[in-house]
Amino acid sequence: MKQRTNTPNDGNAVEQVAGNGLLHRRALLGRSVAVTGVFGTGVGLGVTGAAAESLVEPPWGLKIGDNSPAYQTPSKFAKNVVRTLANPDFEPRSSVARTPHHLLEGTTTPNGLHFTIVHTGIPDIDPGRHRLLIHGLVKRPLIFSLDALLRYPTTSRVSFVECGGNSAPLFSPKPIQDNVQALHGLASCAEWTGVKLSVLLEECGIDPGAKWFIAEGADAPHLMRSVPLAKGLDDAMVVFYQNGEPLMPGNGFPMRLLLPGWEGNLNVKYLRRIKLVTEPAMSYWESQVYTEPMPNGKAYQFTFFNEVKSFITRPSPGYELKQPGIYEISGIAFSGRGKITKVMVSADGGRSWAEAALQAPVMSKAFTRFRMPWRWDGGAALLQSRAWDDQGYSQPTRAEFIAARGELDAVPPVAAFRNHHFNAVTSWAVDPHGTVKHAYA
Amino acid sequence: MPMLKALLPPLLWILGIQSALTANLGNPNLGKPISPADIARWDIDIGRDGRWLPPGDGTAAQGAAIFAEKCSVCHGDGGRGTDLSRKGLPSPPALVSDQKRKGIDGSTTTISNFWPYAPPLFGYIRAAMPWTEPRSLTDHEVYALTAYILAENKLIDSRQVINAHTLPKVMMPNRNGFLVRFPEITPR
Repeated sequence: MKQRTNTPNDGNAVEQVAGNGLLHRRALLGRSVAVTGVFGTGVGLGVTGAAAESLVEPPWGLKIGDNSPAYQTPSKFAKNVVRTLANPDFEPRSSVARTPHHLLEGTTTPNGLHFTIVHTGIPDIDPGRHRLLIHGLVKRPLIFSLDALLRYPTTSRVSFVECGGNSAPLFSPKPIQDNVQALHGLASCAEWTGVKLSVLLEECGIDPGAKWFIAEGADAPHLMRSVPLAKGLDDAMVVFYQNGEPLMPGNGFPMRLLLPGWEGNLNVKYLRRIKLVTEPAMSYWESQVYTEPMPNGKAYQFTFFNEVKSFITRPSPGYELKQPGIYEISGIAFSGRGKITKVMVSADGGRSWAEAALQAPVMSKAFTRFRMPWRWDGGAALLQSRAWDDQGYSQPTRAEFIAARGELDAVPPVAAFRNHHFNAVTSWAVDPHGTVKHAYA
Repeated sequence: MPMLKALLPPLLWILGIQSALTANLGNPNLGKPISPADIARWDIDIGRDGRWLPPGDGTAAQGAAIFAEKCSVCHGDGGRGTDLSRKGLPSPPALVSDQKRKGIDGSTTTISNFWPYAPPLFGYIRAAMPWTEPRSLTDHEVYALTAYILAENKLIDSRQVINAHTLPKVMMPNRNGFLVRFPEITPR
């Protein structure tokens, strides 16, 4: 349903492209539509009549500010822009820290806010003593120091990393009322710099019998994952830098494996050993943890790809829409197989859809920011996003996903990982008070 | 063409010219050769078929004492779980259980109802446990703990000696319970 609507007071014509107030994405580019900012209050079209207060000189302009710190930290007014910790008291179990997507914009996750999962605490690795060993089915087993690796030809690429357990609360049979950080906070995106793994493997001389490699970390769990060798020769990297600075300790300092688009746990942190082998190890991590029990009693294993996914970050649960008017719907889309080609947005629970604007540049296996102008009329709305990639895959609806993968019998704790690799459409319900809640539709 | 593609790597291998190729790509070739003896301390992965299991052995009786001293604080008496593992959050799991799997709930998977192979149990204990002191156990102790967990789960006779020959023969009930998610990219 397309119609042209004229808003009273401003005289601007804005084309409605789908039901319940979705506007043409052209409106994002024009000067005629006011949209809300990250910390905005939702002042949009039709509310320009109120008189402003007279201006005064604020106190920060009347005195000397603070000295510059060696390493910048955010403003105290942004102190809520932090990760949530699932194990704040450091009990003897994994520590999980989630990215606050609802408080971030663009496509780069700041290093301090990149999600982390560590199983036995964050190791304190002396980079001068760290070594990377490559052995097994190779002509020459070789050992590399960080200093040596930093002399190799380096490459930078932007890639998201997503835990296989991201979005696991959505296996619940009822929508768990929590925010996008709790539901989807185990995915982040950074620019990573390092060496192509293929260069190191070829230096060792690959035995033609090698079909897999086992990657192992240097920290206490000595986590091991089995990876098809073809990925190692394709776009796998050993990376040392994250958004231009050395890797954060929680993200693998001084080096980690990067397997763009593949399940987070496979991107082994604190990488110290790669062994070329003929078959997978069936380690604990691939025998039990990162498997997906299926409704038919079998279980998926080796779920390498993080499949195409999107979710709306703004507005999302925790936001209050203060008054009817124009808002920007903003969210993140990504696919472990390639580039995002299209994101469709609905404001009426999937009855009608309109194509969102994608922020350029759109990069393969990276976060893609989508935006859509929306005129909230003050009534109930159901916001959804759905993404497509350039390999021919589309994000499933919840109904399609559940039909194939099933759902839990009872509502789990929000921080539990009862199954993995959930990538269906997420829905946010806006009620007439402007409150945003998680919903199923 | 596909034939040529398949034959090229072994051909290069035989001719020994792989390093010559990479040299052309600006590789400074700074990897240092290392001998198998010097690799040994780090070479700790275990094949699903028991390949690379080390010498040594252990029994459930030996393992019971070690478990009580070093493992039960997190995994509970007899490996039957703790209040923490019952919270439903990621935590040290019960290792001994007759829990049946329920639907798609991965928290109901256990060693006995889920793990396809027994040797990786040795591999995981040796690499990662005890949580506060990984890599501190001798191979004999790891075999003993492996025997204890398998025996308590009634997967082996409690008098069975577990070593590099017997561990791969332990038949795990869910051996054939898995589907490869992406067969097109998963080598068989």
